[in-house]
Amino acid sequence: MTEHALEIARAVDGFVAALFVVFGLGVIVTRQMLGTLYLFVLHALALSASASVLAFAYASPHLGWVALITFSTKAVAVPLVLRWAAGSEIYQRREVDQVLTIPVSLLIAAGLALVAWVAANPLLQAIPDRPFAGINLPTGLMSMFFGAFTVVVRREGVAQLMGLLIMESGAFFASISIVSNLSVIAEVAAAVDVPIASLVIGLLIRNIHRVTGTTRVGALAVLRERH
Amino acid sequence: MSPIATHLLINLIQVGFLLVFAPLVEGVLRRLEEIIQGKHGPSIFQPYHDIFKLFGKDEVVSEETTWVFRFAPLINFVMPIFVVLLIPALTAYPLFFAFMGDMVAVGFLMAIGGFFVALAAMDTGNVYGPVGASRTRMVGFLAEPVFMTVFFSVSYVANSTIPYIVNATWAASWASMLQPAHLLVLVAFLMLILADEGRIPVDSAAGKTEIAMIGYSKSLEYSGASAALMKWAGAMKLMVLSIVFLNVLLTPWGLAATRQWADVFLAIPKVLAKIFLFVIVLAVIETSLAKLRLFRISEFLAAAFVICLFAMGVRLVGIA
Repeated sequence: MTEHALEIARAVDGFVAALFVVFGLGVIVTRQMLGTLYLFVLHALALSASASVLAFAYASPHLGWVALITFSTKAVAVPLVLRWAAGSEIYQRREVDQVLTIPVSLLIAAGLALVAWVAANPLLQAIPDRPFAGINLPTGLMSMFFGAFTVVVRREGVAQLMGLLIMESGAFFASISIVSNLSVIAEVAAAVDVPIASLVIGLLIRNIHRVTGTTRVGALAVLRERH
Repeated sequence: MSPIATHLLINLIQVGFLLVFAPLVEGVLRRLEEIIQGKHGPSIFQPYHDIFKLFGKDEVVSEETTWVFRFAPLINFVMPIFVVLLIPALTAYPLFFAFMGDMVAVGFLMAIGGFFVALAAMDTGNVYGPVGASRTRMVGFLAEPVFMTVFFSVSYVANSTIPYIVNATWAASWASMLQPAHLLVLVAFLMLILADEGRIPVDSAAGKTEIAMIGYSKSLEYSGASAALMKWAGAMKLMVLSIVFLNVLLTPWGLAATRQWADVFLAIPKVLAKIFLFVIVLAVIETSLAKLRLFRISEFLAAAFVICLFAMGVRLVGIA
């Protein structure tokens, strides 16, 4: 690959990475559950786009598979499975109260982003021969932090699930820049987990909704036996 | 013709471009919104008819008002015209006034207009005016730090705050357009335009219930020529912000590169086409997003602020 083509690929990947961060932030701040789901799909599309760019740049068919698998599982299967498992009425919900207000969560997210950059730096020095790691590694790490943070601060079941999933996407986003020749079977195995996890959590959310009349799992602090 | 005279003349053409097409941009935006909402809507030339009609009407001015009320429409009308002299509206090369002020000056000039309109709204003693004024100020207080951060991010990325130089920096290559910092600044600035133009918050900009108004209620007391000026100024402000967004940040192409008249006049349809495309996006965003409660605006703008911080952070850490 020529120097110029690599330059363009890096530029496109940087652009996609910025979108990835913006959509991740969106998942943290959106109150409507349907909005959270849409943002997650966009987030997954950004991941898939980055994988395509890297597949092209490294001339790696494996990364092409990653892009395809990510697209089919996260952008197509997860929304369908969730809608089927959790029921559509759950998406009409919106979060009325947060653990933290949205401006505060945003500032903390900015802090987390800084931490991700700082944390990624020593890792980057360990792998100087990976031209895309400089973009993907901090971004992926940031998305993992965002996901963890979402799980902590959001009270709605669907939002917490999206937090888990963007953590997973973040891990993928970082790893595709480092490992470009993982065997496809491992990719498939990792990717199939995602819809299954969504299915299980979706069914759980539906049951919680049926029993307690709400999906605010953050409020369920005490387990109580029913007689 | 000497270069200075040519530049002055092009500057005047820019002003004419703004004056003539601003009502059309607003008309198109309003028509599109009505179409998306499933209504027929007024003609796209309706703002011209409104302005023309209002200029022919008598003016009623309350005895309680002071000079502020009389002068506010003029100041509000003149400020977008000043701004268009500073920004690359039609040409990619700097014109006569290009180095008189930078993007901070653009924000400052816009703020003067807003300040006088808010004062005039309170001057009338009408109850709805001060409500609108205080709401606009509230949005303003939240939006201005974001404005400043956007400008700092832009100047940090492009190494200048002069709009022409920023335009040239982005137009230089595709790679610079795709910079993550650039994208983040764009997102933040778009959110800012939405909030500042009253497009997202509480009620629709064309809303006619006084209690839910933000911008419109400030000009309720005006009639006749002053009302026409206020209307025209509102349309021009939208167009100027779109020009800054499009020509400086998003799509720095399609501007005249030479001093030939054909080139300059050819830039007019190109820039208009860009503005109309942007107006379509604006109409879709405005009609498809749920309106926010008044006190949620702080969250909306906080998101824009943090995205700006990201833009600076990305640049600072040196990603791409």
